[in-house]
Amino acid sequence: MSLLTLTDLTRRFAGLLAVDHVDMTVQQGGIHAVIGPNGAGKTTLFNLVSGLIPPPDGQIHLAGQDITALPPERRAAQGLARTFQNIRIFTDMTVLENVLTGLHTRTHATLPAILLRLPAARIEERQAVARARAALDFVGLSPAADRRAGTLSYGDQRRLEIARALAPEPRLLLLDEPAAGMNPPETEALATLIRRLRSTGTTVLLVEHDMGFVMDVSDHVTVLNFGRRIADGTPTQVRQDPKVIEAYLGQKVAARLAQQAEAGGAKAGVRGA
Amino acid sequence: MPPVLDDLFWTYQSLIYALGINGLLALSMYVVLAIGQLSLGQAAFMGLGAYSSTLLTLHAKLPFALVLPASTVVPVLFALAIGLPTLRLAGVYLAIATIGLGEVLRALYLNLDILGGALGLSGIPEAAGLLSIYGLLAAATLALFLVGRSRIGRAMEAMREDETAAQVIGIPVRRYKMGALLASAALAGLAGCLSAHVSSFIGPNEYGFDTAVTILSYALLGGIGSPLAPVLGAAVLTLLPEILRPISDVRLVVNGVIIVIAVLFLPQGLLARRMRRRAA
Repeated sequence: MSLLTLTDLTRRFAGLLAVDHVDMTVQQGGIHAVIGPNGAGKTTLFNLVSGLIPPPDGQIHLAGQDITALPPERRAAQGLARTFQNIRIFTDMTVLENVLTGLHTRTHATLPAILLRLPAARIEERQAVARARAALDFVGLSPAADRRAGTLSYGDQRRLEIARALAPEPRLLLLDEPAAGMNPPETEALATLIRRLRSTGTTVLLVEHDMGFVMDVSDHVTVLNFGRRIADGTPTQVRQDPKVIEAYLGQKVAARLAQQAEAGGAKAGVRGA
Repeated sequence: MPPVLDDLFWTYQSLIYALGINGLLALSMYVVLAIGQLSLGQAAFMGLGAYSSTLLTLHAKLPFALVLPASTVVPVLFALAIGLPTLRLAGVYLAIATIGLGEVLRALYLNLDILGGALGLSGIPEAAGLLSIYGLLAAATLALFLVGRSRIGRAMEAMREDETAAQVIGIPVRRYKMGALLASAALAGLAGCLSAHVSSFIGPNEYGFDTAVTILSYALLGGIGSPLAPVLGAAVLTLLPEILRPISDVRLVVNGVIIVIAVLFLPQGLLARRMRRRAA
């Protein structure tokens, strides 16, 4: 079943087609990666899906509902969550408070209820704390719950951002270059975390540069180049797609690889581009 | 009241009132700064509260118990009118629009006969007192504390730190900005009403740009880590001129130097401790 559908999505920046008539479907329950060389339109695509840039031409459907014109906060309420390439946690808050903030759409205490300290508001707050702790547990940050978020290491800040996005149990979690700036052990731990996410039923859509990481974790890959979708399929299919090889390595290398493949029957693959 | 305290109270009555009223004004500044916005309209909102409540007392002869809550109405309406067009824009638009509001209102007070023109309005009964001033200050501080540690307080701090991230999390940023501005206007309106009803006179020049900057400096000096911080800042800046009275020649200089030092060496304010944002 498809969870997110992009139909004929187009976004122009002063004449430049950052996203050019892209169709894409993200299946429920899978890990879907969007890859492409620098400037391919990946981040624009993410910003369109999360609503940070004004509605484009074309349509975005989340779980059958048209969210093309919804502001970001309404999309969050519909079950969309995301992280940012340059981590955007609330550095002055504690780790736990960060995750509690992520539960804003799942808590409903009104101003009067808060001022009168009504039992309902207090129970809700207790439940929210329990949920936030569970999310921290999931990413392995429980011991740091009361630390100031800004004092965490880079890898832990990324985990915290993921915990904050996860806490409201989103239908679709967008990860914008989650492995950026991470060392190999951190990347490996992240891959494990993302696989565990899939086992809980969360659908993940990620943008990533680290090709090994993408091929490792994703079920489905969409390749963009100059804003256009040039390939779409399983990691294996995409890896062998001549158009993808050309986009990453240039025409000459691609032609040579193709020749070699014909001559020796050897498999030419894109690795570590 | 024992005679010693009684004497003390009569001697310092206006200072004691000013401490409480300025505390309320500091809170009205805090509410806006807490969400990462800058408004310089606190003095203007205060003036609207003062003038509207004075008219209700002098002309409509309403009892103070009704006048006090009613004094929030006009400032809130003006805040709504200013907030709607400016809060959708990022940056300093709110600050500029609120400075403008102060100047427009001053011209209005000066030129409308019913508002007393340059002479202002006098003969206001002294209906406010310790109970109404400090009762409201305590209630407002407690309310802001309760809100601060709730989901709303977390949303407000999130907006201050990173508006985009807050929005993506699902925080209706614009609604909270408007809510904060309205609450701020209401608090300033109450402070205006209280100050009019303890000083018996109000004039058109009391609610101008310098008052706005003074109110801002309460929060800058105290900090915005918790609602107590700006109240402390207001207390220090209200007491300082009195303490410096013996050296009155250089009073303003010392006053200014203290603010500069505070901004340089205490960027988080006097009370830097940040409140816990969890209720359970």
